Amino acid sequence: MIGSSTASRLTLRTVALAYLGVLLIAPVGLIFYRTFEHGLSAPFEAMTTPDALHAFQLTLITVAIAVPLNAIFGVGCALILVRQRFRGRGLINAVIDLPFAISPVVIGLSLILVYGQTGWFGDWLAEHGIRIIFSTPGIVMACIFVSLPFTVREVMPVLQEIGTEQEQAASTLGANPWQTFWRVTLPSIRWGVGYGVVLTTARVLGEFGAVTIVSGNITGQTQTLPLFVESQYRNFNITGAYAAAIVLALVAFATLFAMNRFKPKEGT
Amino acid sequence: MVMLYLSAIVLLPLAAILAESTSEGTGTFWSQVTGPQAVAALKLTVICSLIVVVINAVTGTLIAWVLVRDEFRGKKLLNAIIDLPFALPTIVAGITLLTLYGNESPVGIDVAFTRVAVVFALLFVTLPFVVRAVQPVLLELDHEVEEAAASLGASGPTIFRRVVFPNLLPGLLAGVALAFARALGEFGSLVLISGNIPFQTEVASVLIRGQIENNNMAGAAAVSVVLLVASLVLVGCVTLLQRWGSRRDR
Repeated sequence: MIGSSTASRLTLRTVALAYLGVLLIAPVGLIFYRTFEHGLSAPFEAMTTPDALHAFQLTLITVAIAVPLNAIFGVGCALILVRQRFRGRGLINAVIDLPFAISPVVIGLSLILVYGQTGWFGDWLAEHGIRIIFSTPGIVMACIFVSLPFTVREVMPVLQEIGTEQEQAASTLGANPWQTFWRVTLPSIRWGVGYGVVLTTARVLGEFGAVTIVSGNITGQTQTLPLFVESQYRNFNITGAYAAAIVLALVAFATLFAMNRFKPKEGT
Repeated sequence: MVMLYLSAIVLLPLAAILAESTSEGTGTFWSQVTGPQAVAALKLTVICSLIVVVINAVTGTLIAWVLVRDEFRGKKLLNAIIDLPFALPTIVAGITLLTLYGNESPVGIDVAFTRVAVVFALLFVTLPFVVRAVQPVLLELDHEVEEAAASLGASGPTIFRRVVFPNLLPGLLAGVALAFARALGEFGSLVLISGNIPFQTEVASVLIRGQIENNNMAGAAAVSVVLLVASLVLVGCVTLLQRWGSRRDR
């Protein structure tokens, strides 16, 4: 077996650790140090300004709408893709992955071209007094778009694995499809759904590119937390930028923790 | 219902980009895509992304190797931290790198507003792809074949090249393709650290944002179509590579 000699193993380990240290660990460590080097009060004050609180609130609203919608869609879509055979199934299966591969800026632009003032539905929406772009619905749509695949992709393999025997047994015993879903299917896929929801939440909380395009980035109105980080930094309010960045980084660490807890048991 | 949701959120908007890019004729599409600023941005994006995936292929395999075959204290923590670039919002990634490698760098390395910074930010956000693609393959790899090769007198590098590497290749390439797709479209981690200087550090996604702000929707859509086609091709490659990988398993 290679890499078994101590010298070569130590060399490989050192190179890997040095690379991760320079690229990942040192920068993340430094931003925590910079934020808290003069105590807790400055970052705390920066996070309790009206604009910061509003950004916080808008981000939470976005999560509260986008995450449940994508969870429901994810479970439904996974059920259809795994359990049914129909024309266009291959197409849907391929389309699901697109949001991961497309640039967030392109996603933002695509939404503007449909739902913006001069977009396809622009006139109709204006007539009915509905505002999507430069407003909360647009932000929510952008977040749904970018985080669409997570739940589907986590639930599909679980569904494939559990098979249909238990569901068939339930319906033989007289359960209607709805009961079968709630009592049999959902309990067996709950970890997959949970894992998908964790990943979706993290992505929605932190989405920057697509949201910056569709939101108009108006301070105190359409500014989510990641946009608040950028605008504070550009306005040379470094304390505010760091404080908000740390809040988002802590959420990222919580996500990592949850990922390791809920991860379907495979390998390390 | 599923189709309706998918159409309203994904399919219609993507169709709108295709329609907008050619709304003033295919001639305008070409002139937008081949304009000097667009060519410079696309060239920079592709070259930086290529550099990044080549580095990722080497370091990603190395990190996966260390995580699977080595034992040391803190390995579990390290394994968890690998996913941090996926969990960390991109704008935070950008600010984080600026803190250490910007003009107030405590170690005196200032790469802000240079192409080095673009490569650096892309390396950060694409770090997990190759690691996570190679790691499971390494875990399932049978040690016996390597031991057999060693007992027949093959050296460490030879065993890696002839026995281990061919098994890793499908996963490695799939990871590389995913990282390449991510790098081509990356935006959030670059807006602050790259400086967005046209013809120098302006990548395609930042160029598109500028065109949207200047209300040049046809231009923005044209450059977007180029990125979109690249994404489609890469997603197709990943699917093929995964099939190749699962065929090898049998």
